[in-house]
Amino acid sequence: MQPFTKHTGLVAPMDRVNVDTDQMVPKQFLKALTREGFGRTLFYDWRYLPGEKPNPEFILNWPRYKGASVLLARANFGCGSSREHAPWAILDYGFHVLIAPSYADIFYNNCFKNGILPVTLPDDQIDELFLRTEKTGGYKLTVDLEAQTVTDDSGLKYSFQLDPFRRECLLNGWDDIGLSLRFEKDIAAFEREHPRRAVMYEPLDVVITKPSG
Amino acid sequence: MPRRPMYEKIWDAHLVHEEPGQPALIYIDRHLVHEGTSPQAFSGLKAAGRKVRRPDLTFAVMDHSVPTKDRQLPLVDQIAAAQLAALDRNCRETGVPLFNMQSSNQGIVHVIGPELGITQPGQTIVCGDSHTATHGAFGTLAFGIGTSEVEHVLATQCLSQFKSKTMLIRVSGKRPAGVTAKDIILTIIGRLGISGGNGHVFEYAGDVIRGLSMEGRMTVCNMSIEGGARAGMVAPDETTFAYMEGRPFVPRGKDFVDAVEVWKTMASDAGAKYDRIFDLNGATLAPQVTWGTNPGMVTDVTGRVPDPASFTDPVDREAATRALEYMALEPGKPITDIALDRVFIGSCTNSRLEDLRLAARVVDGKHVAKSLKQALVVPGSRGIKVAAEKEGLDKIFRAAGFEWRDAGCSMCIGMNADVLPSGERSASTSNRNFEGRQGKGSRTHLVSPMMAAAAAVEGHFVDIRKWGVDGGE
Repeated sequence: MQPFTKHTGLVAPMDRVNVDTDQMVPKQFLKALTREGFGRTLFYDWRYLPGEKPNPEFILNWPRYKGASVLLARANFGCGSSREHAPWAILDYGFHVLIAPSYADIFYNNCFKNGILPVTLPDDQIDELFLRTEKTGGYKLTVDLEAQTVTDDSGLKYSFQLDPFRRECLLNGWDDIGLSLRFEKDIAAFEREHPRRAVMYEPLDVVITKPSG
Repeated sequence: MPRRPMYEKIWDAHLVHEEPGQPALIYIDRHLVHEGTSPQAFSGLKAAGRKVRRPDLTFAVMDHSVPTKDRQLPLVDQIAAAQLAALDRNCRETGVPLFNMQSSNQGIVHVIGPELGITQPGQTIVCGDSHTATHGAFGTLAFGIGTSEVEHVLATQCLSQFKSKTMLIRVSGKRPAGVTAKDIILTIIGRLGISGGNGHVFEYAGDVIRGLSMEGRMTVCNMSIEGGARAGMVAPDETTFAYMEGRPFVPRGKDFVDAVEVWKTMASDAGAKYDRIFDLNGATLAPQVTWGTNPGMVTDVTGRVPDPASFTDPVDREAATRALEYMALEPGKPITDIALDRVFIGSCTNSRLEDLRLAARVVDGKHVAKSLKQALVVPGSRGIKVAAEKEGLDKIFRAAGFEWRDAGCSMCIGMNADVLPSGERSASTSNRNFEGRQGKGSRTHLVSPMMAAAAAVEGHFVDIRKWGVDGGE
C-alpha cells in the first residue's frame, strides 16, 4: 500500500446523504477477478446515459470537477454492501481523500486497507466546505495526515480526529497482514490452547481437495 | 468478573493479542467464502506467497452469480462462468471445502451455514458479505468484512478489530397475528434510521424475539447491517439447541449435551451493561412496506406514501423527494394502492422453509394477478428446495402461477439472469431497496413473505392481517 502523508487536490461535492456502495459499484461489475480498472464503473448508473455516454447532469461529469481528487460527501457515506470494489473504484477514479460527517463501518474500514483517507468533520464545517467548493471555481484543499488538518488557500483550517493506529498505518503504508503476522506466536499459542475443528458427522456433497504444495 | 453482554463474552474468548491503542487480534472460528468477494483475496495471498492457514475452518459456496434454472447447461454469462471457475480453482489449490453449484447442499452462504450446522453459538464468523450478521441468530459474533480482510483471515485465521459499542434492542409483549420477523426488523430500522446502529453491535431480546423461530431470528439479525450495525445477535436458548441437534456439523450424543452446556453460558449476564438500549412494544407492530430507496424508508401497510414536506429535517426532506422521484410515487398515495409488476420471494433474509410455508399458506388455492409479469420463488438452499417439495409447496406455488427455481441469491442482487427490468416495480422479500439494486432503474418494495405472496395474488399491496393468516408456525 502507498503511504499517505499529505495531499492537495481539487474538491468535488457529492451533496447526498446515505450514498450506498451499490451506487459506487453496481452489481454487474462484481464479477471481476482483479482489483484494477474499477474507476470506470464508479457511480455508474448516475454517471452514464445509455451507451456509456457521460450524463452531463451528474456532478462528477461537470467540467469544473474534472481531475478532482478530494470527494466531499454527506452523512453515512458508503452504507450497505461490504463490497471493497467501492473503495477500489474511488481510488482508481482518482480520489485519495474523502471528507464527510460520518461513514458506514465496513466501508470506512475498507478505505484504510486501500490507502484512502476518510476524514470526518462536524456538520457545520462540512456545510462550509460545500459552500466554498460550489462558490469557488477550482477549489482545492490540502489534507495533512501528519498534522491532522484540512486547509485551503484562503485561510480555512480545520483539525480532524483519527484513530492513532489507523493514522500510523496510513502514514507508513503498512501491510495489514504483515502487521498481524508479527503475532504468529500468539496465534499458534491460541490454537494450541483452544483447538478449533469443524467435524462433518455425516457425509455432504462437498469438494475437498488436498492443498497442493 | 463484571457482568458482560454476549458480545463481550465472545470477544474475550477469542482474543489472540491485545495492546492499548491498537486494534485487537481476534480468532475467527468459521470463515465463509463466496465467488463475489474472494477472487482478489486469493490472488493477493498467492502473490505474497502466503497460504490459507486453516482451510479446514473455511467453507466456500457458489451463490451470488449462479443461475436459478437450467444449471446443468453451460453458463451463458461468460464473466460469471470465469468467476465461478476461479472459486473452484482457488479452493482446489488451497484445500478449502467447496459447495459448488452442482452440490446438493448448495445454497446462499447465510442459509447453508446454519442449515448444515457450520454455524454454532459462541463462535466468531466472518464472510465477505454484509449479511453475515444473519448467523448472530445463534448467539455468534458474525459480521461482514471487505476483500482485504478476507485475505487477512485466509492468511492468519484472525482479524484485526476495534471493539464495537453495544445496543440492546428489546421487543417486548406479544407479536400480533400477521406480523413476522421481517416486519419487526423493518420497524426497528425505520425507527432507528439506517445509520442508527453505526459503530454498534445489536443484541435483540424481549419476549417477541424469544418467541421467534430460528428462521425468524435469522431474518431479524440478517438486516442488522441495514440499521448500520455490523452484527446482530440473539442469545442461544432451547429454540436454538432444538434447531441445531442432528445437523451435519453438530456434535452427537453426549458431545451435543456437553456443547449445549457451554453454549448456555454464552448468553448475556443478567444486569450486563450496554452502551445504548432501544425499546419497542410488540403490540404496536404492523406489517411493513418500504416506499423509498433505503430500508429505513418504511411504513405500516395501512399508511400512505409520505409527503416530503412533512419531514422537518431538510436533509430528510431532500432524500425523500429524490426517493419518490426514483420510485415514481406520489405523496399521500395509500400503500395498498401501489400496483406491482413482479414479486420475488427469496434471498438470505427470507428464503427458508418457514418463509416458504407461510407464503404458500397465503397463495394456496389462489392465483397470481393477471397484471403481474412474474412471480418468483427462489429457495435459499437446495436442501430447503427438497424439503419444500416433500411438503408439496412447489405444487402450491406452481398452481398459483409462481415460478419455482433453484437456490441462489437471484433477484435480491440480480447478478445472474434474474433481474428486475428498468421502470418495473417489485414486492420483494429481500433486504435492500437501494436504487438499481434488483436491476438498473428497478423499483423495490421490501416486505415479508406473506405480504409478498398476498401482493402477488392481488397485484397490489394488501393488509395480510385481513386475510386471517398468522405469521407463526
